[in-house]
Amino acid sequence: MPDMILARLKRLAPQLIALALVLAANGLVSPNFFDLTWANGRLYGSLIDVLNRGAPVALLAIGMTLVIATKGIDLSVGATMAICGAVAASLVAEGQPLAVALVAALGVGLLCGLWNGFLVAILQLQPIVATLILMVAGRGIAQLVTEGVILTFNDPGFAFLGSGNLLGLPTPVILWLAVALIVGVIVRRSALGLLVEAIGVNRRASALAGVKTRFLVISVYLVSGLCAAVAGLIVTADIRGADANNAGLWLELDAILAVVVGGTSLLGGRFSILASLIGAMIIQSINTGILLAGFPPEFNLIIKAGIIVAILALQSPALGSLWAFLRPAPRSPTPAAPDKKELVAR
Amino acid sequence: MRIDTRNLPFLATLAIFVVAYALCVSQFPAMLSTRVAMNLLTDNAFLGIAAVGMTFVILSGGIDLSIGSVIAFTSVFTAVTVGAGLHPAIVLLLVLVLTTAFGAAMGGMIHLLKMPPFVVTLAGMFLARGAAFLISTQSVPLSHPFIDALSSFYFRLPGGGRLTSIAMLMIAVFVVGAIVARRTRFGANIYALGGNPQSAELMGVAVGRTTVAIYATSGFLAGLSGIVYTLYTSAGYSLATVGVELDAIAAVVIGGTLLTGGAGLVAGTFVGILIQGLIQTYIVFDGTLSSWWTKIAIGVLLFLFIALQRTILWSTERGQASRRTAAMGAT
Repeated sequence: MPDMILARLKRLAPQLIALALVLAANGLVSPNFFDLTWANGRLYGSLIDVLNRGAPVALLAIGMTLVIATKGIDLSVGATMAICGAVAASLVAEGQPLAVALVAALGVGLLCGLWNGFLVAILQLQPIVATLILMVAGRGIAQLVTEGVILTFNDPGFAFLGSGNLLGLPTPVILWLAVALIVGVIVRRSALGLLVEAIGVNRRASALAGVKTRFLVISVYLVSGLCAAVAGLIVTADIRGADANNAGLWLELDAILAVVVGGTSLLGGRFSILASLIGAMIIQSINTGILLAGFPPEFNLIIKAGIIVAILALQSPALGSLWAFLRPAPRSPTPAAPDKKELVAR
Repeated sequence: MRIDTRNLPFLATLAIFVVAYALCVSQFPAMLSTRVAMNLLTDNAFLGIAAVGMTFVILSGGIDLSIGSVIAFTSVFTAVTVGAGLHPAIVLLLVLVLTTAFGAAMGGMIHLLKMPPFVVTLAGMFLARGAAFLISTQSVPLSHPFIDALSSFYFRLPGGGRLTSIAMLMIAVFVVGAIVARRTRFGANIYALGGNPQSAELMGVAVGRTTVAIYATSGFLAGLSGIVYTLYTSAGYSLATVGVELDAIAAVVIGGTLLTGGAGLVAGTFVGILIQGLIQTYIVFDGTLSSWWTKIAIGVLLFLFIALQRTILWSTERGQASRRTAAMGAT
């Protein structure tokens, strides 16, 4: 058992170190970053803020991890968020009970996932193309639901999802932790996770080995749609209004980034939901840190781009061969020796 | 006469455009005027130029998400440096060099690091947008005699239509693009790379050099598109042209190019652009439809075309399989 924990820590080490570095940097620029205070029945502090603001990306990253593990990608999650938020807000504004609105929104999220899954698994389209369709059309559909305005509502129960407290933490934090736990347990306490990885490594071979690939591929897109629906509900509840144009805008890219930072390969196969969640928190800590440091938010994108490039370079399969190419040939005289030792150390 | 199945998507797109245009004209006869046709070209000039670059990238089996940001960067850079007193001719040259180098750098990363183009160009998208933000977050007006002369130049056509300089530039880019794709070694290499990178390499295609050249071309055309956008709006704004890459990808796919690469025509992208422009023009003429219908219509068209390509691919595969079994039976 300790071996397993050790192995897991080893897998998460790069992400944990990166998170620690980012948090330490945040602590340097803003000395009271780690302060936690208890007031009004919940915890307050920058750390809690990171957990809270990172909720949408963390939720999307859960579904995205599974999708990417099957060698897919889901570009439509941002648009799905907008649709689900719009559906819930319009139902609540019409005076429907909250439960109906929530169930409807989750149902629409599942429907979006089903559509993507159908295109990928049954029509066998490339995932990037299949989900592009909903990404382009989705915001139009959301506009259709809200009839082109920002739908506002005044339902305390719904607003609770975005700005309430539960167990001393903001509700969004509890929500993403709960979804992560449920999905994680289902995937890792059964063989499902393994089968998903098998599909990502070689879909044909796993189909021949008896894995129900169609069913599983549709399922991962359903999970992704459901996660996007929850994220959409949180975003809508937070601002007490459904903004079809801006809700979840470009969050699909942040979610993909979180998964890539978490070390799950875009080429499918082994995945770790926990690592993706740490990735989401790294991204959010960077965003918060840039704001706390008083940098203009314009720097946000440049720093993000720099981090992606650095992580890509580190993960790249070609890096090893690049090193081999750059170092002097083994036969050449002595200067090669220290380089070689350095390489081994890496 | 047998029609090459590879050109079927393009012919379908062309047929849809002609039918759709005829339907629009039957409802609003004014849409047949040269004025509407020329405005359609002018309004979509920047998108068309960027879409030619995207066609090359997609033909090679890649994708370039950075073009919207590069266009915004170009427009802000041009507006700010011209405002600071540099001559526009120098600025335009400089900005094209910059964007070409930017594209080449992305191509180099894709090849050297062996990473998916999707992620590399995503980083490029963030970087270019961030650079635009750093230069200015405001909308910077642009006014210079040289720029005004460029943007206000046009030929008057019978019927009151104006063939503007940027529309002519777009048509020129499409013509050159089509020639490069079909009549040069570089073009042949792009198709080979998109068809099967391994076979291309075995055939002697310089994969690295071609990849860098493809993304450099895309960067160059995105820069050119940014210049056209600057001329079109007479301003530079770092928040402009968000999501243009999606419109460009949609135009390429609607134009019949396979997103897996290896098959498609530059001319198809031109028709794809026209169809998108036609939808927008129709919505303007109608007056009661909201602009978000554009997105839904484009999404539906995307689905139709992708489904069409899928069925064509299936039927050709089945045809080959049955021919193979027939041949085996004969021997």
